[in-house]
Amino acid sequence: MERIPILKMGPFLLVTIQIDLYDRLALTLENDLINMVSQTGARGVLIDISTVSIVDSFMGRILGNIASMSRIMDAETVVVGMQPAVAITLVELGLTLQGVYTALNVEKGMELLNNKLGDNLELDDEEEEDQDDRND
Amino acid sequence: MIVMTKDTMEIVREQDVVPFRNRVREFGTRIGMSLVNQTKLITAASELVRNMLKYASGGKVILEVISLNAKTGIRLTFKDEGPGIADIALAMRDGFSTGRSLGLGLPGAKRLVNEFDLKSNPGEGTTVTVIHWKHGR
Ligand SMILES: Nc1ncnc2c1ncn2[C@@H]1O[C@H](COP(=O)(O)OP(=O)(O)OP(=O)(O)O)[C@@H](O)[C@H]1O
Ligand SMILES: [Mg+2]
Repeated sequence: MERIPILKMGPFLLVTIQIDLYDRLALTLENDLINMVSQTGARGVLIDISTVSIVDSFMGRILGNIASMSRIMDAETVVVGMQPAVAITLVELGLTLQGVYTALNVEKGMELLNNKLGDNLELDDEEEEDQDDRND
Repeated sequence: MIVMTKDTMEIVREQDVVPFRNRVREFGTRIGMSLVNQTKLITAASELVRNMLKYASGGKVILEVISLNAKTGIRLTFKDEGPGIADIALAMRDGFSTGRSLGLGLPGAKRLVNEFDLKSNPGEGTTVTVIHWKHGR
């Protein structure tokens, strides 16, 4: 069966979508990504759609599902490289990619994820400190 | 109105969607439609064929290059013989779905193209016709 490869890069997963996804392939990707987030404990998912020419409501829903399921497992999702024509069209279609961050390119997407990760680590630290205080 | 090119495609399974979208893109490229307008038209078309597959187990699409008052555009006619739509006004509303979905397809498609017409008789089927001009107006 045809599959879209998922790369692991440190704490992140990277997917490059290079063909127009037909439905079954999109659903397989959704499943594969979610499994991989849970197996690897990845903290972020980057989805590069720079060569995708059409995002319709189906595809939008897949992206939204990936983001919300990843979030449950403590990973953020960033969609990178959306073509301007696609972005304009999505607005008119009325589709908001809820829970999905967007960035210009993979590099910026990584930056965003790293910042998120940094923020979360700080938060974790603070929580621990709070606990220490309580113990004192 | 003059019809310059005409083609028909049967849409019966999910795998027919991508070739259909490519065909619409070919038509758009042929008349020199800009990328943004092609993207809008193809996205609308994608929503409409998905509905055809989901609610009417398929149908056919007529693709035409048309010319009217010195304007060139593409007309797509989506015909199915499914259950039809009882309340068209309701179906056209943002967020209305009998398929537990976003209910964006019909109203979104309407926003994306220059002309949108939906005719449906319960029990007989649904026909949606859209026109998008080369320059998007
Ligand atoms: N070709 C059709 N035949 C019969 N009913 C249809 C057809 N197209 C649309 N409908 C009805 O109109 C409703 C609204 O369609 P619309 O495309 O706007 O939303 P949806 O398909 O439910 O969700 P989305 O497109 O956002 O995934 C559908 O839920 C369905 O009940
Ligand atoms: Mg729909």
